[in-house]
Amino acid sequence: MENLLQQLVNGIAWGSIYALVALGYTMVYGVLRLINFAHGEVYMVGAMTGFYAAHALGVADRPSALGLAATLLAAMATCAALGATIERVAYRPLRRAPRLAPLITAIGVSLLLQNAGQLVLGADPKFFPPLVASREAWRVGSLAVSNIQLTVMATAVVLMAGLELVVMRTRVGRAMRAVAQDADAAALMGVPVDRIIQLTFVLGSALAGAAGIQVGLSNPKIDPLMGLMPGLKAFVAAVLGGIGSIPGAMVGGLLLGVVETLVAGYLSSTYRDAIAFVILIAILLYRPTGLFGSAQAEKV
Amino acid sequence: MVRTARRAGGIAVAAVALLACGSGHSGGTAKDAIRVGHFASLTGDTATFGRSADRGIRMAVEELNAAGGVLGRPIEVITEDDRSVTEEARSAAQKLIQRDQVVALLGEVASSRSLAAAPEAQRAGVPMISPASTNPRVTEVGDHVFRTCFIDPFQGAVMARFAHDDLRAKRVAVLFDFKQDYSVGLAEFFRKTFEQLGGEIVADERYTSGDIEFRAQLTTIRSAAPDAIFVPGYYTEVGLIAKQARELGITVPLLGGDGWDSEKTLEIGGPAVEGDYFSTHYAADSDDPRVQDFVKRYQAKNGGVPDAMAALGYDAARILADSLARAGKTDGPALRDAIASTKDFAGVTGRITIDPQRNAVKDAVVLKIDGGRFRYHRTVSAQ
Repeated sequence: MENLLQQLVNGIAWGSIYALVALGYTMVYGVLRLINFAHGEVYMVGAMTGFYAAHALGVADRPSALGLAATLLAAMATCAALGATIERVAYRPLRRAPRLAPLITAIGVSLLLQNAGQLVLGADPKFFPPLVASREAWRVGSLAVSNIQLTVMATAVVLMAGLELVVMRTRVGRAMRAVAQDADAAALMGVPVDRIIQLTFVLGSALAGAAGIQVGLSNPKIDPLMGLMPGLKAFVAAVLGGIGSIPGAMVGGLLLGVVETLVAGYLSSTYRDAIAFVILIAILLYRPTGLFGSAQAEKV
Repeated sequence: MVRTARRAGGIAVAAVALLACGSGHSGGTAKDAIRVGHFASLTGDTATFGRSADRGIRMAVEELNAAGGVLGRPIEVITEDDRSVTEEARSAAQKLIQRDQVVALLGEVASSRSLAAAPEAQRAGVPMISPASTNPRVTEVGDHVFRTCFIDPFQGAVMARFAHDDLRAKRVAVLFDFKQDYSVGLAEFFRKTFEQLGGEIVADERYTSGDIEFRAQLTTIRSAAPDAIFVPGYYTEVGLIAKQARELGITVPLLGGDGWDSEKTLEIGGPAVEGDYFSTHYAADSDDPRVQDFVKRYQAKNGGVPDAMAALGYDAARILADSLARAGKTDGPALRDAIASTKDFAGVTGRITIDPQRNAVKDAVVLKIDGGRFRYHRTVSAQ
C-alpha cells in the first residue's frame, strides 16, 4: 500500500512535467488547429536557459528559493520570447496555407532547434545545478516525498491555476477562447487575432520553460535532444485529455505520468515508453476526442 | 550498354581517386606515418570514456614518437567520434578502415559499441584492440579482435564476492541497463556468483540508456529491503540513480563496475554516491611507482587524474606499438599474430598477457567513493 502511494507520488511529480508541456500543445491547437511539434524543443531551451542563468546569476551552488525563482523567471521569459518568435517567423506567414504546410514547418523548426542546440551548446549532456537542496520533506512510514518533488508539484499547481485564471477571467483569456471558437467571427468583433495567437504561444512556451526547470531539478541531466521524447509524450497527454481542452491537458499529463510510473514499477521499465503510444493509438481508435474534448462538426 | 557501363566505371574510379586525394589532404598526414584508428565516444552520454581513452592513446603515441616511433616511422592516430551511439561505432570503424586505411583499430570502451564495430575489423582483416570493453562476446567476434582488460564473468564475480564477504550482504537488488550488453552481462555474472555464494537477489529491475527517471524501479527495490544495490551501468545514469535512491530514503550502499569510472560519477552523484563501491582496472592512488609516474605525466599533459579508461587507452596503444615492432611490418596477419603473442607486457593497469581467447587476464581493484574522490579499497587477484 505504501509502495503504491509512493508510486503515485512519483507518478504525479513526473506527470506534472508532462502536464505543463501538454498545455502548450493544447492551447496552440485550440487557437490554430496546429500541432506545434517544436514545443518539445521550447522545453529543452527552458532547461538550457535555466542551466546558464543559474550559473550566470551565481546561484548554482547555493540552493535558495530566490535563486530558484530567478532561474524560473529567466527560463520562462526566454521561452516566451522564443515562442513568440517561432509563431511570427514560422507559422504566421502560413496562416492561410493548407494545414499540412505549418505542420511540416513545425517539424522543421523542431529539427532546427535540436541541431542548433547541439551546434551551439554542444551535444554532451549537462547537469542541472541543485537549486533545491534534496531533502525528505515528508515521511510517513516508508512513503518519502522529497522537497524537490514537492517543489515540482507546487510550481505546476500554481502555474496551472494562474493559467486557468488568465484564460477564464481576463479579457485576453476571453479573446483567446473567442479565437479558438471561431477566428473569423472573433476578428469581426474586433479581436486582434494575430496578437491573441501570438500571446497563446507566449503563454504555452513560458509553461514549457517552467517544465524545463522542473525536469532540471528532479532529473538533472539535460541535453539538446532532451525535448524529443517528452515532447511526443506531452502530445499524447494532450490527446488523451482531449486536444484543445486545458483541463484535459492537465489531467492527461498527470495520468500519463502515473501510468508510466506504475508500468515501470509493477511491470517493466522496458514498456515505459511504449505505453504512451499504446494509449495514443487506443484513444485515437476508441475516443478520438479524448477524455475532456467534445466532438465538433467540421466547418465547410 | 557495355560502353555505358565502362564509362560509368571510369567515372567511379576517377571519383574514388578524387575522394582519396581529398581525404589525404584534409588529414594532413605525414607520408610515411603508420596510421592507427581510434573510434571513441568523444561526445554524448559516455563522453568521458572516449575522451579519456583518446588522451591515454595520444599520450602513449607522443611518447613513442618522441623516442623515434616504430619501425623507424612515426605513428599517427586518427580519432573518429561515434557520439556514444551504438550504430555510429560501426560507421566510424568503417570510415577509419576504408577512408583512412588504418593498420589497426583501437576502441571502444562500451561493449555494445565494440560489438557493433568488431565485425567490420574482422571482415577487413584489420586487427582491433578494445582498451576497456569487458563483455565476453566482444573478442568472440573473430580472431582479429583483442582487448587489454579483464572480462565480466570475472568482474561480476569480484563484486558478488565483495558484497557477500566484505559487506556481509545477504539480500541484494540489481538495477541494470537493458540496452547495454555490458550492463546486461555484468548483471548476469553478478547474480550467478552471488546466488552460488548463498545470497539472494531480492529485486531485479532494469532501465534504458538515456532514461532520467528511475524512481519507479527504485521504489520497487526499496520495498524489497536489500542490503546493497548492484547498478552495473554507465556513469550518467548511475549518478542520477544514486540521487533518486537517496531521495527515496534508500541508504544502503550502491555497487557498480568499471562503467562508474569517470569523474562525472562524482559530479552528478555528489553526496549521493558517498560510501559506494565499484570495481575497475586500476587505482590512480596506488603506490605502484609505474602508476604514480603515469599519473604525474598525464596530469602534466592533460590536467586531472587519469581514470581507468585513460590508463587502458595508454596500455592498448603501447601494446599495439610493441606488437608492430615485433611483427616487423604493418600488414594485418603479421600484426594480428604479434598482438596474439603479447606476453607479460608491463602496463600501467598491470601485467598483460593475451590469452588464447584474445582477452587479458588481470587483477581487478575495488574503489570506494569517499570524501568526493575515488579511493583504493582492495585488489582482487585474477587467480
